[in-house]
Amino acid sequence: MTSLTLVRQIRARPSIVFEALTAPDGIAQWWGPDGGPVLLAETDVRIGGRYRVRFRRLDGTEHESAGEYLELVESKRLVMSWQWISGGVPEEVGEVSRIEIDLKPIDGGTEMTFTHARLKTEDSRASHEQGWSGALDKLERHFSTERIAYDRLGKSQTGSTNLHAKRGQ
Amino acid sequence: MVNYKERRLDRTFAALVDGTRRAILARLEREDSATVSELAQPFAIKLPAVMKHLDVLHDAGLITRTKAGRIVTVRLRPEPMREAMDWLQRYQRFWSGSLDRLAAYAERKDTEARKKP
Repeated sequence: MTSLTLVRQIRARPSIVFEALTAPDGIAQWWGPDGGPVLLAETDVRIGGRYRVRFRRLDGTEHESAGEYLELVESKRLVMSWQWISGGVPEEVGEVSRIEIDLKPIDGGTEMTFTHARLKTEDSRASHEQGWSGALDKLERHFSTERIAYDRLGKSQTGSTNLHAKRGQ
Repeated sequence: MVNYKERRLDRTFAALVDGTRRAILARLEREDSATVSELAQPFAIKLPAVMKHLDVLHDAGLITRTKAGRIVTVRLRPEPMREAMDWLQRYQRFWSGSLDRLAAYAERKDTEARKKP
């Protein structure tokens, strides 16, 4: 199954990163793909609690995503479901995916590992867990126009970015 | 339509899970086309096993097979992979923008917290 993993090294303590991930006024500062404004952020930070974020893209379109907190370990780990409520990606409306965030203290800050996994069926989950990371190296070569984007991200000041498939646990 | 697309995507990733199948795809990318027996050569598995792998790749739409007499020629068909990549890239764009700003925000907050007595 498809999954995206991004890694960031952040010069801030894990407790502050965790707060930025979960507090509405924190979320309002960063959520969304292009720096457009967050219009609404609500969080109920407990297992089974829900969050909801509405944002506007720079192209003027409004989108809303929501989900449920599935795992919470203060300053360490956050797992939540993800769903488009409106806007977003039309063919994915009603589809639930999963976001896992792990925070690890490192010298001078936090290493954040962020995974967004698309989960569909038990079958696809099994293939997801088996891993297929080699395939993506090949895909990357195939669609070489996209490499520019990766290269740019690799030079990001806030840390490294890796696009790869998640390996089996 | 959506379901059809979903199933196809599942098949693509299921096909890519296997190392032998990825090796076959990688070779087809390098060589443009190859016969079934050429593809089987580097592997320590028998021809029928290779044929099974080719069936999986074919069902996922990742290869085409053309038969001329007794020789079957195999070619790469990358379109299904593009669909999988679309999903990854959509969210890669979404989250890398978000996480860059998250990092900048957390760093500001951390600096502020350190300045306080």
